[in-house]
Amino acid sequence: MSKNTISPRDAQWREELRKSMSAKERTSIPRARMNELDPEYRVTCNEEVNQGLSAEQANLESRRCLDCPDPQCMQGCPVSINIPGFIKNIEREEIAQAAAVLKETSALPAVCGRVCPQERQCESKCIYNKMKKEPVAIGYLERFAADYLQHLPDAPLPPVETPNGLKVAVAGSGPAGLSFAGDMIKKGYDVTVYEALHEIGGVLKYGIPEFRLPNSVVDVEIESLKKLGVKFVKDCVIGKTISYDDLLNEGYDAMFIASGAGLPRFMGIPGENLIGVMSSNEYLTRINLMGAGKSDWATPVLTGKRVAVIGGGNTAMDSVRTARRMGATDAMIIYRRSLEEMPARAEEIHHAQQEGVKFMTLHNPIEFIGDESGRVRSMKLQKMELGEPDESGRRSPVAIPGAIEEVEADVVIVSVGVSPNPLIPNSIDGLDITRRGTIAVNDETLQSSLPLLYAGGDIVRGGATVILAMGDGRRAAAAMDEMLKSRNK
Amino acid sequence: MNKIIEKQHFSENVVKLVVESPLIARSRRPGHFVIVISGEKGERIPLTIADSDLSAGTITLVVQAVGDSTRQICALDAGDHLTDVVGPLGQATKIAKYGTVVCAGGGVGVAPLLPIIKAMKEAGNRVISVLAARTKDLIILEDEVARYSDEVIIMTDDGSYGQKGLVTSGVESVINRENVDLVVTIGPAIMMKFVSELTKKYNVPTMCSLNTIMVDGTGMCGACRVTVDGKTRFVCVDGPEFDAHKVDFDEMMMRMRAYNPVKK
Repeated sequence: MSKNTISPRDAQWREELRKSMSAKERTSIPRARMNELDPEYRVTCNEEVNQGLSAEQANLESRRCLDCPDPQCMQGCPVSINIPGFIKNIEREEIAQAAAVLKETSALPAVCGRVCPQERQCESKCIYNKMKKEPVAIGYLERFAADYLQHLPDAPLPPVETPNGLKVAVAGSGPAGLSFAGDMIKKGYDVTVYEALHEIGGVLKYGIPEFRLPNSVVDVEIESLKKLGVKFVKDCVIGKTISYDDLLNEGYDAMFIASGAGLPRFMGIPGENLIGVMSSNEYLTRINLMGAGKSDWATPVLTGKRVAVIGGGNTAMDSVRTARRMGATDAMIIYRRSLEEMPARAEEIHHAQQEGVKFMTLHNPIEFIGDESGRVRSMKLQKMELGEPDESGRRSPVAIPGAIEEVEADVVIVSVGVSPNPLIPNSIDGLDITRRGTIAVNDETLQSSLPLLYAGGDIVRGGATVILAMGDGRRAAAAMDEMLKSRNK
Repeated sequence: MNKIIEKQHFSENVVKLVVESPLIARSRRPGHFVIVISGEKGERIPLTIADSDLSAGTITLVVQAVGDSTRQICALDAGDHLTDVVGPLGQATKIAKYGTVVCAGGGVGVAPLLPIIKAMKEAGNRVISVLAARTKDLIILEDEVARYSDEVIIMTDDGSYGQKGLVTSGVESVINRENVDLVVTIGPAIMMKFVSELTKKYNVPTMCSLNTIMVDGTGMCGACRVTVDGKTRFVCVDGPEFDAHKVDFDEMMMRMRAYNPVKK
């Protein structure tokens, strides 16, 4: 992919840039620190915690990148962004060009720059790690370049091929669907994205809170897809409002299913249906999508002073930090393993700690107890200790016999994962489904058992990250493009 | 899309809206519901579809003003638009030839019951409908129900119309005089609970349609969860219809009060 980039490594300007500063000078620059809002202030509002880098900070950080001949960082990126290509454009102060490089491969760079786990992807492969130094802050730089474009009213659009007369449908407007739509429109397809909710953006809107990913940032990315010609239909449930067969009859040539991992999992313990016990999906949707807690918005949400969030993933962190902002004085994470095994990003855990979230690790709820009106009032927690590593490689938690304590909580948010939403899979005859309820696809092409149907994101993975979903969108677009073009030759 | 073509007041707080929604009119089956939003900052309200007209591309909704959002929807007039309408959602009613089917509806529950009455009749069943309300003015859709029923029994709490008494006594009178193969009941949770307790006693299979609190209506949030046969089920995707004898109505009624103190 780097061969076709608008910023090739052998460009003269890049060669000159490499020579302009020695590696020793570059590696002696300390890694940039993200500018953050003060924890005491930020729990009083929904403003974005990370404020981004200044132009000076970004330029200095961009100089740390050694522009390696074989950049390993790109191997770590699920959408294969030309990482040195965009960073070197920041170094030569061509920020719009840097953003254009991002747009070559990513439909949502301003989103990725905020929510990607870079520390486990691109940054984990950075050459600096081998030098026992902190890696180049690729994520911060990505956000810097993408935000520049966000604030540019007439940002240049990536080139689009002439229309090829083929129509494709997308079910779901989350990261997988948007990324697929962005690639297909650039390849000359007529693309329509169907969304079940009344807002476009999927989990980026209903799930990830404003303080981590403002909706306005998502909207700018959606607008740029609209400008490229992508059509969006909201309030339309594929498999209910219209069927897959209806779409084929309407002249669609193929469809990509990116309907996400809809169903929240519960633990199946006594008291789980008490009032005040809810899924993180419900809690976050009420607040992020439906405006609960804001004046004039009709949707309510239950709030409490002592809010317990069960789970240790990013969604759990989003929920517990949201609870702080909704007025909880005691916001707790209840997690059955230790801090070390926690799947949430280190940054999210750190931010939660800064915001006064209490971490009750090695605790597992076994029962919720309610008052006479049915509202949850406390929970029984089983204390755990770590045993042998399980199949996930993490040390598995084992109950300590008799070590049970009761802790008060007036709101409990269950954030222990999601299962694939069966709505679309069940509506299509002949579609192969795995035992876990995900759509079975070819690992390489993401083609399902039905040749005109591709699927990606959480409906295939069962519960992963925004960037993996976006990577799926890209791969499915490439494979579907090849299939349709060879078929229509 | 979503334009209100016709509005009719059934009573002071209950209106019938005929809404332009050609895709939903085409794909809906008895038992399905829609989610409706009124206003950019409105909440998502589940409403069961009472009827549809394929050629006109419309669906019929019956709305009772109980809170701010439903009051706002009831205040809309013909020519206005609902901000969003999505559906059809949920599982459709299992329509088959059961034999004799008693359809027991209370209050606005008669609206979602109507398409089931119609489909049960068309499937060759003997259909006896029991319509119940507090008082005469609150009995709705009687003519439409009568058109597809072999017999209609009206029950009012105050005796102002039909027989005086609760829906259960109407249902019981039918069970006592003839063989009943299935009871379908839709109405307030407390009513469905008592119908269910009655038919359990007589061992008559009973189906109910639940109208719990929902947010997305597509299985995403779990706000609508109920316990059926000891297991947690989602009304929006597993229901809205369940075997009434297996539903934990007390828990359901408790959960429906979740937002009573929060709502202004």
